[in-house]
Amino acid sequence: MPAPWKEVVRKIDDYRWEIPRSYKQGMSVPGLIFTSESMLNHIWEEQVFQQVANVAFLPGIVDHSLAMPDIHWGYGFPIGGVAATRIKDGVVSPGGVGFDINCGVRLLRTNLTEEEVRPKIERLINELFVSIPSGLGSKGKIRVSDRELDEVLVKGSQWAVRKGYGEVEDVVVTEESGCMKGADPDKVSSKAKKRGIPQLGTLGSGNHFLEVAVVAEIYDQEAARTMGIGDVGQVVVWIHTGSRGFGHQVCSDYLELMGEAVKRYGISLPDRQLACAPVSSPEGKDYLAAMACAANYAWTNRQCITHWTRESFVKVFGKSLSELGLEQIYDVCHNIAKIEEYTIDGDKQGLCVHRKGATRAFPAGHPDIPDIYRNIGQPVLIPGDMGRCSYILLGTETAMKESFGSTCHGAGRVQSRAAARRSLRGVDVARALAARGITVKTGDMGSLAEEASEAYKDVSEVVDVTHNAGISRKVAKATPIGVIKG
Amino acid sequence: MEKDFEIVDHTADVGIIAYGADMNQAFANAARALFSLITELDDVDEVLHRDTELTAPDEESLLVEWLNELIYLFDVENILFKRFDITQLNNTQLKARSYGEKVDSSKHKLKIGVKAATYHMLKVDKDDGCKVQVLFDI
Repeated sequence: MPAPWKEVVRKIDDYRWEIPRSYKQGMSVPGLIFTSESMLNHIWEEQVFQQVANVAFLPGIVDHSLAMPDIHWGYGFPIGGVAATRIKDGVVSPGGVGFDINCGVRLLRTNLTEEEVRPKIERLINELFVSIPSGLGSKGKIRVSDRELDEVLVKGSQWAVRKGYGEVEDVVVTEESGCMKGADPDKVSSKAKKRGIPQLGTLGSGNHFLEVAVVAEIYDQEAARTMGIGDVGQVVVWIHTGSRGFGHQVCSDYLELMGEAVKRYGISLPDRQLACAPVSSPEGKDYLAAMACAANYAWTNRQCITHWTRESFVKVFGKSLSELGLEQIYDVCHNIAKIEEYTIDGDKQGLCVHRKGATRAFPAGHPDIPDIYRNIGQPVLIPGDMGRCSYILLGTETAMKESFGSTCHGAGRVQSRAAARRSLRGVDVARALAARGITVKTGDMGSLAEEASEAYKDVSEVVDVTHNAGISRKVAKATPIGVIKG
Repeated sequence: MEKDFEIVDHTADVGIIAYGADMNQAFANAARALFSLITELDDVDEVLHRDTELTAPDEESLLVEWLNELIYLFDVENILFKRFDITQLNNTQLKARSYGEKVDSSKHKLKIGVKAATYHMLKVDKDDGCKVQVLFDI
């Protein structure tokens, strides 16, 4: 296969590839992709170089328009894109966060081993499927009034814990303590609230899932122990979902508004989906206040699902929560914009870091990570596709210096959903998974085909790039034994 | 009969191209394409209708807002639409009546959850018949 990307990118080392400013007139910084040579072939096909270059047009962007190795063609921003803009004269772009605001991942540990769970996996997956509303059009079991929804939007996970969904300790080990500051429900449309109320406490559809997995490899024993992972064979639970229709509506509303702001502030962009406004403008501030509401909605969502997950385990295994040791390891956002501080050319600067399909990866000692992880760094949770494996990583100093404290977020698609549906049948995917010892329960077989392993890059290759580049480091790998899919 | 719309592959998401003798028809076909992603249109009956009135700064934005309004109605009221009468359409205004019915799990199979219509690759083209293109986030 020819490698046309060789004409475009400049190799810095085996894992860093630069797109020079000369690639496209109007780029104010170069692009930088963390990837390997073999993965670059996919990137070219998907035209994501254009998208990385387009992000480099954003006013106030510093250093590089970054892309993680799981990068793929998105809308506006590439998925796997990271862009930091100066607060004082830069912009915030809702498209740089995406529609599923604070789509993210939570990981729970257990005291259970594979031997204990295997015999009951069918029952467990069925129980989880019944207790956690999932699938397209599903409604939540929680009924909140308009006033209570506003509380959810301001307090996030902390609201859920106060209502009896989960433990105070869960909040401590959640990014932003599950409650992003600056949330203002008055900056959210009534349409978003109407979409949000019935969907609170639902897994959703598409790539969202809950997975029961087994620790398959441990790369850093001490860090793993700090997270409550003792040995290979230990069972963990992954929860992947976001802010549902609430977040989608917030993004749609603000894209519309930003479309006008772009004209007002005289910003010129190569793609309308990059619409933005100065971080310090009324439009920029309003978006960040609404985005924080959606982030808090998503944390509440994952918090409630965590509670029902625990209930299901208690019921199926007939043990108490403390016997089960079903504690939260961590919870991270994959789609978010954050105000963070970095040293640029020797100066400390406030930046708005957009992570569109990327994970925060703060190093040991960073004040924003919980005390228990202060000595090892922030846990980074990377789900793979449902047939392969997932990874637990840690943030690093290199990420702080080179990628605005960010790393990859998952495997990254290589095949479109439609192509996956055409080439695979859901029942065959379920059968193939069963043959590999993975029990799957879904309301929609078609969506199973869309999410088959074949549609994704190998997450191990993605994670190895981030490990070798130094922007995160491997702690453990887990392989699935049971999955519920929306 | 010439096709009303087609579905375009995209790695993470899905696009549509809709055609029409005039823009009204192209906008209606874009809405049909949207609901064809969500369910089988043949299974949907015209039991109820909803009226929509929108204003936007330009025709492209109007298309995105029109489709997002239908996604909103699906999400909040669980209505599957199959027929659309665009009664008024100019560069900045749209009036439409959409016909369909509420989701009934015994007769409707839901396929793809559509999060939103995006502005990426958005096109409204009048040169060669009327043709519109939209990418959805799914």
